[in-house]
Amino acid sequence: MAKKSAINRSSFTEKLFDLIINILMVIVIIATLYPFLNVLAISFNDSTDTVRGGIHIWPREFTLKNYETIFGYGNLTTAFINSVLRTVIGTVIGLIACTMLAYAISRKDFQARRFMSVFLVLTLFFSGGLIPGYMLIRDLGMINSFWVYVLPGMVNAFYVFMIRSFIDNLPISLQESAKIDGANDFTIYLKVIIPLCTPILATMALFISVGQWNSWFDTYIYNGSNEALTTLQYELMKILQTTQVTAGADAQRMNEANRQMVSPESVKMAISMVTIFPILCVYPFMQKYFVKGMTIGSIKS
Amino acid sequence: MQKKKRFWRRLWQQRFLYAMSVPFIIWVFVFNYLPIWGWTMAFQDFKPGLSFFEQEWVGFTHFQALFSDSYFYLVLRNTFIMAVMGLVIGFTVPIIFALLINEVRQQFFKRSVQTIAYLPHFVSWVVVAGIVIRSLSVEDGIVNTILLSLHIIDEPIQFMTKGPLFWWIVTFADLWKEMGWNSIIFLAAMTGVNQELYDAAKTDGAGRIRQMWHVTLPGIRSVIIVLLILSVGNLMSIGFEKQLLLGNPMVADYSEVLELYALNYGIGLFRFSYGTAISIFNSVIAIVLLFSANYFFKKISQESVM
Repeated sequence: MAKKSAINRSSFTEKLFDLIINILMVIVIIATLYPFLNVLAISFNDSTDTVRGGIHIWPREFTLKNYETIFGYGNLTTAFINSVLRTVIGTVIGLIACTMLAYAISRKDFQARRFMSVFLVLTLFFSGGLIPGYMLIRDLGMINSFWVYVLPGMVNAFYVFMIRSFIDNLPISLQESAKIDGANDFTIYLKVIIPLCTPILATMALFISVGQWNSWFDTYIYNGSNEALTTLQYELMKILQTTQVTAGADAQRMNEANRQMVSPESVKMAISMVTIFPILCVYPFMQKYFVKGMTIGSIKS
Repeated sequence: MQKKKRFWRRLWQQRFLYAMSVPFIIWVFVFNYLPIWGWTMAFQDFKPGLSFFEQEWVGFTHFQALFSDSYFYLVLRNTFIMAVMGLVIGFTVPIIFALLINEVRQQFFKRSVQTIAYLPHFVSWVVVAGIVIRSLSVEDGIVNTILLSLHIIDEPIQFMTKGPLFWWIVTFADLWKEMGWNSIIFLAAMTGVNQELYDAAKTDGAGRIRQMWHVTLPGIRSVIIVLLILSVGNLMSIGFEKQLLLGNPMVADYSEVLELYALNYGIGLFRFSYGTAISIFNSVIAIVLLFSANYFFKKISQESVM
């Protein structure tokens, strides 16, 4: 009898434990998703109606006007094109650079292997800092140019090492047999390594493209005054910053006329949605890759 | 002679490897190493038009100016407090989250939670800042709405205008964005824990919580230590993105961090030398922290291994 009640009690605590964990997880899900759904709902809600407040995850007065407004800005179309361009070009050349370097230093017989590895590792810990970096870009004449978006960050040591540890896990015999067939190192890279690296390449492509798509700071300091080179995140940042200042001034009772200058909340949220949307589109497809990629990369290094 | 000859022969044999790597190594040199040369600016009265040899050398003047500026200490305090808060909360919560997720039994639910929790990592800080400011707003912010409806507060809190609250806002915004993502590594490590250890613990009568404490946590101990060293080493490089995007003039005394200070003075006011001096100070502290963290943990882990 005593034994039975012990089992019952433990199965009860087990169930309670499961219940508490599941509740916590539901809270995490709500806390993560609610803000996004809220942004979505407001972006589709009539902007004058939004001011009344109380919109949560469903628009009260559905409209597409906010989206029409933002794409009427003119600047925003340019920004969108630039963001897409820098993402595509940056990802392609970043992948080429990182995989070539990773392959070279993965080869145990490569003479410069050690030197290059150390050379790369150091960049993870030391950097010149903001102003010397800015001066370099200036001296290279890259201010007010599109290339400042894709060239400085082309080689990322962290990505190189993640790709290298993936290559290290591939069977070496494939490379050797290709060599016996008379393939040179470049052919091996192209025909053997790259096809086998798809999972890690997908991961890296996601990381690089998200990084490119999300960055605003380079636009801010290098191309801030050049409207032709603006990016989506920078435009959003500008809009958010202006309202931030007025939000501060709001407390000091700013007059109504100035308040009219601020773009409506709905328009802000519509731009936010435009910047999130492409990520939401690729995210589900990439998810299984990046978790695997992260796991391989992190456990090894 | 013979050795030299072999060296050149191998270099020729590996010419493709060299062709594939040397251009990018030069790249790394230009964009990652050349700027370090720019540190000399901090010891000059740097004037943009002049060449390196025409600059006037002023020794540690800029550092003296920096250390006698009371605003510098304010900025240093903010950097340090936000860095430590970020380290303590941003490091422990993902471990706890990973431990909990690891205990979820329904595979589908588990995978769904993970998928959703990773998502904010991929959203830019610009958007996250917008979301945070909106959630905390006085008029219609969800946080104020919840607090009011639970009768915890009587009137809405003006979160974005209260200085000391800014540190918490930054820390929690970061947690919201990165908690799931930072848990990936711990979850990966947990899948590597030997299953037999759980069975052994179970036969000894350990419940789920005790298994977490005595099996799972020790199982990922080495991963925790490595990541902790890296985090301590990177303590000072908290950046300025969050602070710039979330800050506003009313909380400037609490939001200004070293890099923002360097940015505003160096590029905003064209005081390149002064701005560089700030960056150098930041880097030196970072390097000291990295090496001491490494030394400290090496000692600890050696002892416990023996």
